[in-house]
Amino acid sequence: MLELIWLLPTFPLLGFLALVLTGGRLPKQIAGPIGAGSIGLSFAVAALVASEFLNSGLEHFTYEAWVWMSVGGFNPGFTFYLDGLSMVMMLIITGVGFLIHLYATGYMSDDPSFARFFSYMNLFVSAMLMLVLGDNLVLLYLGWEGVGLCSYLLIGFWYTNPANGYAARKAFVVTRVGDTSMAIGLFLLFAQLGTLNIQDMLHAAEMQWSVGSGFAVAASLLLLGGAVGKSAQLPLQTWLPDAMAGPTPISALIHAATMVTAGVYLIARTHPLFEMAPSVQLLVALIGLITLLLSGFTAMTQSDIKRILAYSTVSQIGYMFLGLGVGAWSAAIFHLMTHAFFKALLFLASGTVILSLHHEQNIFKMGGLRKALPVSFFSFLIGSLALTAFPYTSGYFSKDEILLGALELEGVGFWFWLGGVVGAFFTGIYTFRLFFIVFFGDSQAEHPPEKEVGGWHMNGPLILLMILALAGGFIHVPLDAVFNHGEAHGEHHVSGLIHGIMIAVPLLGIAISYLFFMSKTFSVEKLMASALAKKLHAFWFGGWGFDTLYNAVLVSPFLFLARVNRKDIIDSFYALIVSVSQAANALIVKSQTGSLRWYALTVAGGLVVMVSLGAIL
Amino acid sequence: METIPVEHGFILAGILFCLGLIGVLTRRNVVFVLMSLEIMLNASGLAFIVAAARWGHAEGQVMFLMILTLAAAEVAVGLGLIIQMFRRFQTVDINVLSEMKG
Repeated sequence: MLELIWLLPTFPLLGFLALVLTGGRLPKQIAGPIGAGSIGLSFAVAALVASEFLNSGLEHFTYEAWVWMSVGGFNPGFTFYLDGLSMVMMLIITGVGFLIHLYATGYMSDDPSFARFFSYMNLFVSAMLMLVLGDNLVLLYLGWEGVGLCSYLLIGFWYTNPANGYAARKAFVVTRVGDTSMAIGLFLLFAQLGTLNIQDMLHAAEMQWSVGSGFAVAASLLLLGGAVGKSAQLPLQTWLPDAMAGPTPISALIHAATMVTAGVYLIARTHPLFEMAPSVQLLVALIGLITLLLSGFTAMTQSDIKRILAYSTVSQIGYMFLGLGVGAWSAAIFHLMTHAFFKALLFLASGTVILSLHHEQNIFKMGGLRKALPVSFFSFLIGSLALTAFPYTSGYFSKDEILLGALELEGVGFWFWLGGVVGAFFTGIYTFRLFFIVFFGDSQAEHPPEKEVGGWHMNGPLILLMILALAGGFIHVPLDAVFNHGEAHGEHHVSGLIHGIMIAVPLLGIAISYLFFMSKTFSVEKLMASALAKKLHAFWFGGWGFDTLYNAVLVSPFLFLARVNRKDIIDSFYALIVSVSQAANALIVKSQTGSLRWYALTVAGGLVVMVSLGAIL
Repeated sequence: METIPVEHGFILAGILFCLGLIGVLTRRNVVFVLMSLEIMLNASGLAFIVAAARWGHAEGQVMFLMILTLAAAEVAVGLGLIIQMFRRFQTVDINVLSEMKG
């Protein structure tokens, strides 16, 4: 039964082939069932395999489909490795993926490129499954680049608008920086350890390298570079907010639930390597902490509903990095799972809002939608509560575990905990700012919604995700076998005060948000009156000036060089060869007069010359 | 009977060859070009005959017979081409046919 694991990436791949080989011309009635059905089949197989795996009591299971290539001692294969970690990931990808596909059959039903959309989506799921199931880093890298490609294709899905194409290129180029670092990391690992099979590699690393040795630090740093690019963490976080140019189901699937968490998965998968480089592990936590705080500030100032959610995604992945960095591995993966539930819910609900308002994304042009859009209202309510870690929602359990894990770290742990709590405070403010502005107050809509768009294939996934976002915290994640050696077992022993603070702070954020945006006890206008506040607002609105900085430091010099070297200095050498042969050609063309008598004369002349040469010599 | 010196025969062949060559180079009427070519062929045939008579070998005469056959075939093809050329271009002026220029 476990052997069926090879079917997981195969179904979406077949769906992709069916859709792409018909040239995207299949009618919606066929393309929709193929696109969503292939993921549904995958999920069914995943559930079957997972239950079998849990019942078998195995720690891990390897299935080799075939050897990809065999060069010397290097034999990466299409080999699938199933353990607690990859099982959780595959269930998230196929389960949440299926709900989002189902939603998309309704959301995209008016789009002329319906079949093309689902072909990309299926390819994405196939690549993502290879990423998490691959037992070697080469297969992981194949999936890694595959999801990057699909992300690019789907951000630029509405390619007729040049801005979307620009956003797609930006996402591709920025993540490429991280991918290059990761590729170098793979080269280093292979050169030093002689294998790219993940388990063998980790084992060899523990045998050959000592804790804190140069190679361990370099390898984990390079892998961290890849993770930072894919997961939109500082300093490569700039692409994710712009990636919201894609259709909303894409934002839910790729840019919230699955692909952006690939970096978290990578670090968790290679965590023994990071444990051997404590300085890098500390850096992971620091990156997470800074990212979650910076993007929290930015999310408070945005006005586009999807950009707010995008910055909150960056912030929540920051929490996961914080969890990884402090060694709370399973807490980070747990948060990855709950985040996939409630963030997919929030994005899909925002899709319903956007569609009902005829593609309006500015929250200040919404308002008072509570009655008109009841399904979105409840989705947002539950999603926002989970996002702010309201007690006993899914986000509460996972965020708690991360923060308690931080507290257990000696020395700097308290500061990481404090930063995380401050971040939770901001989460409360920006999440409920969005919620209050969109669903309460007076309607500011230019085109008030006639009725909520929906139907069972849009509302069904929302309702299921609501249940998961509420109750997802009670799911037991079977990760003990994966992370057992590095983690303290048993309950966290902390005082009631700490618990009280962690419950109260997000509520405080919600209360402040209520006073500002709901009861209007405090006025945002007054707060914004001073020049300093305006400057700060503009600074945060632009994402702490990272885009400006990168434009000035990287983009402008590059464009300058491109302009200077427009004629390509190196190419001029080859242009010289061309012009010389062209000149020779022009010279010889003159002798081709087309006159028969001229040719006869040259033949006779040539003969005379030859004969006289023979006579003389 | 007094034999003709072999030099005379070669000189005659040389003169005939040069006359033919000059004809090929200077004539514009393609029929005359073909005729001049015949003269050149016959000049080389004469040279073979003279040489064969001088050294008493039969190969020279064999070569002449071959040249004769070749000339007959060449005239047949050449005249056919000239007729085609006249049909298409309504002229026998060789200078007009310079479409392959440069």
